[in-house]
Amino acid sequence: MLRSRWLAILAVLIVLFSLGAIVGAQDDMVEIEYWQYNFGARVDAMNMLIEQFEAENPGIKVVHNSDIPYANFRDELAASAPAGVGPDVVTLFYGWIPAFVDAGYLVPLPDDPFSEEFILETFSPMVANSKFEGSYWAIPTAVRSLALFWNKDIFEAAGLDPESPPATLDDFVAAAIATTVYDGDESDIYSITTQGHAPALASQDHHWFREVLIRQYGGAPYSDDGRTVTYNSEEGCAAFSWLAAFETEHVTGSNDILDGSTNAFVNGETALHVDGSFRVGTIARNNPDLNYGVAELPVGPNGEQHTFGSYWTHGITRRANEDPARLEAAVKFLQFITTPAAGTLWVNNVGELPAQLAAASDEAILADPILGPFSAGLAYSHATFFVDESAQRQVLIDAFDNIRLGGMDPCDALDEAAAAEQELIDNFWADRE
Amino acid sequence: MTLAKKKVVWAYIFLAIPIVFFAYIRVYPALFAFQMSLHDYNPLAAEQPFVGLENYEKVLEELGKRKSTTKAAFQNTINYVLLGVPIQLCLALAIALMLNEIRFMSTLYRIMFFLPFVTSTIAIAWVFRMLYQPRFGLFNVVLQLVSLPQQPFLRSPQQALPSVLALVIWQGMGFAIIIFLAGLKQIPRTYYEAAEVDGASRWHTFRYITFPLLNPSIVYLLVLQTISFLRMFAPVVAMTEQGRGGPLDATTTVVLRVYREAFQSFNMGYASSLTVMLFALILGVTIIQLSVTSRRIN
Repeated sequence: MLRSRWLAILAVLIVLFSLGAIVGAQDDMVEIEYWQYNFGARVDAMNMLIEQFEAENPGIKVVHNSDIPYANFRDELAASAPAGVGPDVVTLFYGWIPAFVDAGYLVPLPDDPFSEEFILETFSPMVANSKFEGSYWAIPTAVRSLALFWNKDIFEAAGLDPESPPATLDDFVAAAIATTVYDGDESDIYSITTQGHAPALASQDHHWFREVLIRQYGGAPYSDDGRTVTYNSEEGCAAFSWLAAFETEHVTGSNDILDGSTNAFVNGETALHVDGSFRVGTIARNNPDLNYGVAELPVGPNGEQHTFGSYWTHGITRRANEDPARLEAAVKFLQFITTPAAGTLWVNNVGELPAQLAAASDEAILADPILGPFSAGLAYSHATFFVDESAQRQVLIDAFDNIRLGGMDPCDALDEAAAAEQELIDNFWADRE
Repeated sequence: MTLAKKKVVWAYIFLAIPIVFFAYIRVYPALFAFQMSLHDYNPLAAEQPFVGLENYEKVLEELGKRKSTTKAAFQNTINYVLLGVPIQLCLALAIALMLNEIRFMSTLYRIMFFLPFVTSTIAIAWVFRMLYQPRFGLFNVVLQLVSLPQQPFLRSPQQALPSVLALVIWQGMGFAIIIFLAGLKQIPRTYYEAAEVDGASRWHTFRYITFPLLNPSIVYLLVLQTISFLRMFAPVVAMTEQGRGGPLDATTTVVLRVYREAFQSFNMGYASSLTVMLFALILGVTIIQLSVTSRRIN
């Protein structure tokens, strides 16, 4: 009696499984998985692209996983890989690519359709520079650059012309000092109620220092091959001192007050802020009434213009490479989401600039008062070659904290940072050779 | 098979399910960590080359440096334990003794002291983060009211560790209080009555009756709280800028270091060797504590 019941259950299970197999076999759809971290505007834009792609390619289904918060994105990738699951196409920060290539997680982009000539000709120069170990490993839809955000209301309240943002580093300092408001001791960071400028190395200012300020002081952050740290020079020290002075000397602001540097600007409590085009969307969502403008970054003492360029970029994983049908579908998908048309859709929905030059140099973008300065910056932007972006950023955060919290001399702090970062870079290459 | 035997067999079969689950979810990963620590284990890579004790050598090398995040992590963790455990247990004992005395609204008081323990650590950490805020945080507002200088708390390399510690002590204290209260209830009233007849002072009663007879509770809490301070992670992540254990590694812990190395830098082999060392540390400390403090009391 008992045995026959077990047999019946077993029979039902067998039938169910075989049915599933038949359904699966009849279905000759290729299914690929695409992962990116959760950022509202990007998720919406990618959903639109996937819809268009699936309409053009009825045999391919793209599963879009965008539920992972930014803070957990790397954890989830790391957990999925040993389990044999995960994305076929994945969107990574460009600075992570060397680490993912090092692990053998990504496969090189196929020469057809992503030949070197094609990439050099059609994409922004910072994309072309991302060649690593003789291959291209990822290709973006959009790129970003840094520009200067300024709060027009605070400028007006301080008696400055709200329509003329600082054009040089000296003007920048003067404007920051003029716009800072205190309700007590002017040498105490905690008595600031409106900030002129609040340096925050954990946000974008480590990029501003690395790729912009050092060059404007006549130095270079790294050797040409990116393997030697060179920012602990006289010029680097001058640039770092200039940045630290906002907190230690001019007392115009700090990341420690008013809910952090970025939030303070978004909330209308900071006059001057350096950030990327992606912040435009944050402001539109959180404080749409903010009366602000965007300008190109101020010119340095040597009269040069520089900016930092960066991008989230799409790569094909080892997992996709295991199955020719999935690989083919992944390449098609990658090609589709990196066209100029995709870039245009992206800029309209996300605010990041198209990675393809044809779309980025569009008249409408250049004339746009908000996007124009970012777009202009693409011509003189640099993208740092990171071996471990998170650790390299930490090095400069610590150097800055050593100055402002530990009272260390900026040159000594920078020497210490350079030694620590050099060790990271050396370790990376030592493992590869 | 007799019915009684059958019952026992079925009991074992049912109990086996949680044991298998426990072994797979807790024991197997723990053993796997030992194995990972001997490899250059990158979770994203297809192959994980064997490197012997290289990861351990790297940890020792970092510990030998004048300044390194790993060294700071170990130093801070030891500080958390050495400061946190004694303060927490002394406060908990004092409060438990007082709670044991009162009768009016005693349940309400007990609930108030126990409540933090059952509240989410992350939620409490964020509330404390706001309380520690400059200018508008409650603590600084109070300081301002009594004309004392503003304090940076979490933003200062010197004050950050005690600031995090204060929260952890307060949150975990409810648990220690409950254990002490249970221990106090176990002490026969006759001892106190005898002491009273003999005219013993309150201090002598505590020193020669309460304290020695609470020894089992004290040992239990000492071991448990030491382990929990050694494993400190969540409050530091929730209370420091971007969960990095700053400023300047002032609050970072060994477990936070393990997490960051494993999942931010993908050095799971190195992270595993740190875990194994932490395991050895916890084991060693526990054995010493048990052998020193669990002498039988007559």
